[in-house]
Amino acid sequence: MDVGEFVRLRLSQSMISKLPNLFMGYIRGLKRPLIESAFAIFVGLIVGALIMIIFRHDPIEGYISMLKGYGIFIAKRTFMTREFMFALAFATPYMLTALTFAVGVRAGLFNIGAEGQLYIGAAAASWMAAHVALPSGFHVFAVTVFAMLAGALWAVLPALLKIWKGVHEVISTIMLNWMAFYLVMYLAIYHLRGIWAHITKEALPTARYPVLAGSLTAVIFIALLVCIGVYIFLWRMHPGYELRLVGDNPDAARYAGMSISRAIFLSFIIGGLVAGLAGASLAVRPEKWGFHATLGDLMGYGFAGIGVALVGRNHPIGIIPAAIFFGGLAHSGRFMEFDIRISSELVGAIQGVIIIAMALPGLLALIRRKAK
Amino acid sequence: MITIGRIRLSKRVLAYAISLIAITVFLYLLDRAGVPPKDIIRSGLFAMTPLALAATGECINEKAGVVNIGLEGIFLVSCVIGVFGAERLGSGIAGLLVGSLVGAFIGFIFGLMSVYARANQVVAGMGINVFGIGFLPFLLMAIWAFPGIHLVRKEFLVPKILTPIGLLSPVIFVAIAVPIIAHIILNRTFLGIKIKAAGEKPEAADVAGQRVDHIRMFTCTLGGAMAGLGGVFMSLAWFDGIVKEIAAGRGFIALACVVFAGLSPLLALAGAFIFGFAEALAYTVAITPGAKVYPFLPYFLKMVPYIVPLVIVTIFIGRRPFPKALGKPYIRE
Repeated sequence: MDVGEFVRLRLSQSMISKLPNLFMGYIRGLKRPLIESAFAIFVGLIVGALIMIIFRHDPIEGYISMLKGYGIFIAKRTFMTREFMFALAFATPYMLTALTFAVGVRAGLFNIGAEGQLYIGAAAASWMAAHVALPSGFHVFAVTVFAMLAGALWAVLPALLKIWKGVHEVISTIMLNWMAFYLVMYLAIYHLRGIWAHITKEALPTARYPVLAGSLTAVIFIALLVCIGVYIFLWRMHPGYELRLVGDNPDAARYAGMSISRAIFLSFIIGGLVAGLAGASLAVRPEKWGFHATLGDLMGYGFAGIGVALVGRNHPIGIIPAAIFFGGLAHSGRFMEFDIRISSELVGAIQGVIIIAMALPGLLALIRRKAK
Repeated sequence: MITIGRIRLSKRVLAYAISLIAITVFLYLLDRAGVPPKDIIRSGLFAMTPLALAATGECINEKAGVVNIGLEGIFLVSCVIGVFGAERLGSGIAGLLVGSLVGAFIGFIFGLMSVYARANQVVAGMGINVFGIGFLPFLLMAIWAFPGIHLVRKEFLVPKILTPIGLLSPVIFVAIAVPIIAHIILNRTFLGIKIKAAGEKPEAADVAGQRVDHIRMFTCTLGGAMAGLGGVFMSLAWFDGIVKEIAAGRGFIALACVVFAGLSPLLALAGAFIFGFAEALAYTVAITPGAKVYPFLPYFLKMVPYIVPLVIVTIFIGRRPFPKALGKPYIRE
């Protein structure tokens, strides 16, 4: 054996030579989820096109104006950063509410309480931002933390009901969503109002997040950090590992001596914290720096988050591109309304179809089998 | 079980008795306070109807082993298309039929997905809900070109019948009859045994020569049709119009009924009445002049329809076992 051969042999056994393989394996592992998500989006867009055809709109025109939501092809310009920033502004709360759902799924829960926790977070943020005077650097921090804690508080009850009595979280969280709806409506009209009764008092300048462009604020950086933080928590820390194991295989977790209650509680609390932050991002944002007492500008983000989480494969990092996709979709509603006079609510229906299609992992396999 | 002398009462029966007495006392007190109990019972029956219909459908559905949490979405879609059908065909009854057909169609699609494509049923159901939340305002704009609200002209509504407690919709009697019929079918007929077998032990049903997939498709479609009838009842016979939040979580309250009832249609009817009664009570109290004294009170009363199901489900949970194959797709080897 000569030296060259020896070195080559050693190299092939070392980690370095395995790295490309490891990387390729990772990419290969990513391929199926990507195809499934793309398939679901495709199905959603097809059904959207069918609905457009039924109501006598041109789907091709519709989807070209949908691209404008991402800042593409607006007024003869290939890419408009400003409009893309609006898509990112929509993506910020989506990212966070999706995280709520995803952390729930990882612990084996179907936590759809983001909607209500978001309302509570928004009310808390609005109160802290407009009615409490604090020094300028600290105020933003206080608003953020207070909103998160308020959101988490709203998640405590469904968590305890689940742990103590086994009340299914779909029922408890939906009931609490509606309670939060009326509670926050009351708070907005009687305790948070500013000059006008229909809108909450605008946040003090010290409490405002720095504006990046349009309605996009620096909260998006916090949201991204939270996504990465939750990823590190779930995949690199012991309690996160327990949480995932409880979700994957509760029996194994129990035999390993893990506390299922603690994992469920933790999942709910993280979800609540994150949803509260989503509320803060919506309540403290430009133009109004407050929210409508009808909650019209807060509604729907929690449920849309379910779709975002599913398309992002319930993975904190996967959620980020999924949220940007859904953000652009939401922003494109206004272009579609203007260009082809179709109601922007169509986007919501498309989101629903995408969720339905995400429930069908077997469908692709079925098609593949039939094709053979 | 609680024993009083030689009479043995189950906790549930005792709870019914207590709540019945409490309701009677409460109605008496309200009567003294100037709120007529007839009105409350009347609006309670209206509020009960969509819950009872959807919950009964869901009970049958879950007995066969399929969970459909998309009731809210079915409510939302069927209530709009039902009104559209009523206005096109020129009669409220036809609207009811169209609405339940829409519900049946959604149920059928859901059945196809959960039986043949082995979908995750909870996710698919939630997808139906999100779809409905977006599709209702879209349809309002697309059909009547008016955002957020549509009022139905009187000639297209379902005619009401005069009874001793006031004007009631005929659908209310259907909603009372359907759980009873469902109870008889589930417990006294061969079809009921087939349905239960498909939920408890699909393998055994299959070996016995029953088509599990057909049974489940049937119950999914039936459950969807019932939810659809409940949805179109809201727009054509109760609110006489459509608003964006017409369902207001009733699809999930119906699910709470199902959990409370432990899949028994009769108990689901009782649960629907309790929840409907709570809702009617809250709204009746909210419109009395005295309620305006405290600004928080009207908002709190609006929360009552959601607090009551949560509390009742929490107290009465876990009394009966759910079917073993619930939520699991059956794959034939």
